[in-house]
Amino acid sequence: MNDTLATAATGSKRTMTLNMGPQHPSTHGVLRILLELDGETIVKAAPDIGFLHTGIEKECEVKTYQQVVPLTDRVDYLANLSNNLCYVLAVEKLLGMEIPQRAQWMRVMLTELTRISSHLVWLGTHAIDIGAMSVFLYCFREREDLLRIFEMFSGQRMMTSYFRVGGLALDAPRGWDKVVRKFINEFPSKVDQYENLLTANPIWMQRTKGVGHVALEDLIDIGVTGPMIRAAGMPWDIRKSEPYSSYEQFQFHVPTQKESDVFARYLVRVAEMRESANIVVQALDGMPEGPWQADAPHVVLPEREKMKTQMESLIYHFKIITEGFSVPAGQVYQAIEAPRGELGYYVVSDGTAKPYRVHMRTPSFGNLMAMPHMLEGRLLADSIASLGSLDFVLGDVDR
Amino acid sequence: MNFFIISLIKAGIVAAVLMTTLAYLQWVERKVIAHIQLRIGPYRVGPHGLLQPLADVVKLLTKEDLVPSHVNKFFYLAAPIISVALALTSISVIPFGPEIEVFGVRTYLQLTDLNIGVLVLLAISGVSVYGVALAGWSSNNKYALLGALRASAQMISYELPLALAVASPLLLFNTLSLREIVDAQAGYSFGFIARWAIFQGPLPQIISFIIFLIAAFAETNRIPFDLPEAENELVAGFHTEYSSMKFAAFFMAEYANMVTICALATTLFLGGWHPPFPVEFGSNYIPSALFALCGAVALYHALHPARPKDRFTLPVFAVVFFAIALAIAVPALNPILAPLFWFAAKTGFLLFLFIWVRGTLPRFRYDQLMRFTWAFLFPVSIVHLFATALAVALFTR
Repeated sequence: MNDTLATAATGSKRTMTLNMGPQHPSTHGVLRILLELDGETIVKAAPDIGFLHTGIEKECEVKTYQQVVPLTDRVDYLANLSNNLCYVLAVEKLLGMEIPQRAQWMRVMLTELTRISSHLVWLGTHAIDIGAMSVFLYCFREREDLLRIFEMFSGQRMMTSYFRVGGLALDAPRGWDKVVRKFINEFPSKVDQYENLLTANPIWMQRTKGVGHVALEDLIDIGVTGPMIRAAGMPWDIRKSEPYSSYEQFQFHVPTQKESDVFARYLVRVAEMRESANIVVQALDGMPEGPWQADAPHVVLPEREKMKTQMESLIYHFKIITEGFSVPAGQVYQAIEAPRGELGYYVVSDGTAKPYRVHMRTPSFGNLMAMPHMLEGRLLADSIASLGSLDFVLGDVDR
Repeated sequence: MNFFIISLIKAGIVAAVLMTTLAYLQWVERKVIAHIQLRIGPYRVGPHGLLQPLADVVKLLTKEDLVPSHVNKFFYLAAPIISVALALTSISVIPFGPEIEVFGVRTYLQLTDLNIGVLVLLAISGVSVYGVALAGWSSNNKYALLGALRASAQMISYELPLALAVASPLLLFNTLSLREIVDAQAGYSFGFIARWAIFQGPLPQIISFIIFLIAAFAETNRIPFDLPEAENELVAGFHTEYSSMKFAAFFMAEYANMVTICALATTLFLGGWHPPFPVEFGSNYIPSALFALCGAVALYHALHPARPKDRFTLPVFAVVFFAIALAIAVPALNPILAPLFWFAAKTGFLLFLFIWVRGTLPRFRYDQLMRFTWAFLFPVSIVHLFATALAVALFTR
């Protein structure tokens, strides 16, 4: 960082150092970028992260396994259910648990709704950065519906913590299918609305086509995943390559584009919203009946009624609440396809009730590393479009 | 009565109306954008937020008048004054209505009829770049400097197509006085098509009207050409370092420019205060009928209130609307108010267009905007000017 400043001050070429952020309106959070400008052209871009460091990874080590779930909400707060899912899948893998079909399908449905909600925030903020104000509010109209659905399921709009080790926190509320179906039936026409305003708009195309291009090889080297790499022509999707939570039972295709520019990423994400809606419809149509929690009394809290009438249940309840459940020693890496790309939780257990180490491989961090490749040599105005297409969440970068 | 007193009275009225318009234009903009974006906009201060502009003015006046220590004080303070003074000056040559007679005094509904009115307007819009450029430079701030550079480059570039678009109707009317331009657009071809510049032969000026509008968007720094103050990459552009009334001055200048340029478009292309169809078809009754309709709608909604307060606020609106309708219908006032209504209606429609576009389009990038004007708008306006000249030479004399 310091040598960037030094070159700007003493370099033979007269350049200007512009400090973008951490309180800049369109770095979406507290990202600081040191830009070296030659006129309006960016000569060098250096991201400076860490302003939102929360120490969540470290904090996981003093919590019991069940208590970590609410922490994962706060990592990528726009895709909290994806984080919940990845963590519980990792712990379940360590425990060697079998999760009932209904819970698995419910998890698929809700994470796909999360993907839609996360992409809506992305689309809205991306559009408002490029000056199309109204799209932002249209997107938030649909996101509001989604947050209501999440609230209906979990009691919380954003910090849901709905997935628990062994299944779900609660069974689905009464009438959930009608609410979700109403939303998902209307949703494709809403996506048409956004596309009407943007996709064929000449100004939108001029601002996004050919902007922020990064070659596929570079993207692979940096470790970029998710819609970014799919927009570069690589159909890499963990839901297809390593299906988890019974994704193999759903029919969907992975949208890709070749150009690897901001417009291609826009097209991929919009197509993903439609695909996610498609998956939700399948989940609604084929939602299995049955238990929503695994039959594992030493891990899963007993039902309230049983706890009050049966001795064993009361003992299990007391033990889980007071000391948690112990997980066999070992280590596991579980990756899922989060809205922003590959989200991985690396959990190490030493056999006690608290994880020895939880490492999060977050997609935003990897994707953000592509930023200098996108910005250098481009115009300052392009930096905003490019940053928008990265779709990072600073909580996810710093955790 | 001597000329001086009449001019003072007229200037006072115009200034009061213009200031109110500016304040309420902002209210209208917020309301319209809000409804485009599924919000309700200002609603708390006064009924339907109607006192919001007043609250804003009070807020801006009572803010601390901060001058940052690192600025060039003289130019820093001069810039907003230049901007707002020039923006308010240009309204003085716009004609709002025909010659009228009040208490035996005959006067034009115009502050001053210069025989080079169009040139004055172009000159003022050329000089107003200084306000922006000086603001950005004297602020001694990187964002402001970049914003000011963009703004000056943009405003100078778009001045050319703007001037060329203005030149074409001038060829048609053969005068530079704005009042004579409006007079030349009076009457109706075939008895019903208004002889506005955009409909008038030998070459209807519809293309130069469109070029003028596009250039006007750029001149007034509105979306999709609002790069100078593109809040996302340049914080707030050239007025980043300005606060309280100095910021309000820039804000006011922007809206005053918008009003002026829409009034100019109305004058040059849309026939000024002339109604869109002849008096024989009842164009004099339209204003009254419209206001009466508004009053009726307000009354209807007062009887079926969607919100509890509507029962008390909407009848007031209805009474105001009916009063305006009656005032326009009074034979003595009709010759004054009807032209004013048509002028305001056309200008208002263009202003609405400005707001509508803001709710719809994304913004250009700086280089795209420059390429757009130099590689497309400028050549097209030159070709169109030549075509008009040819048509005028061949068909009129």
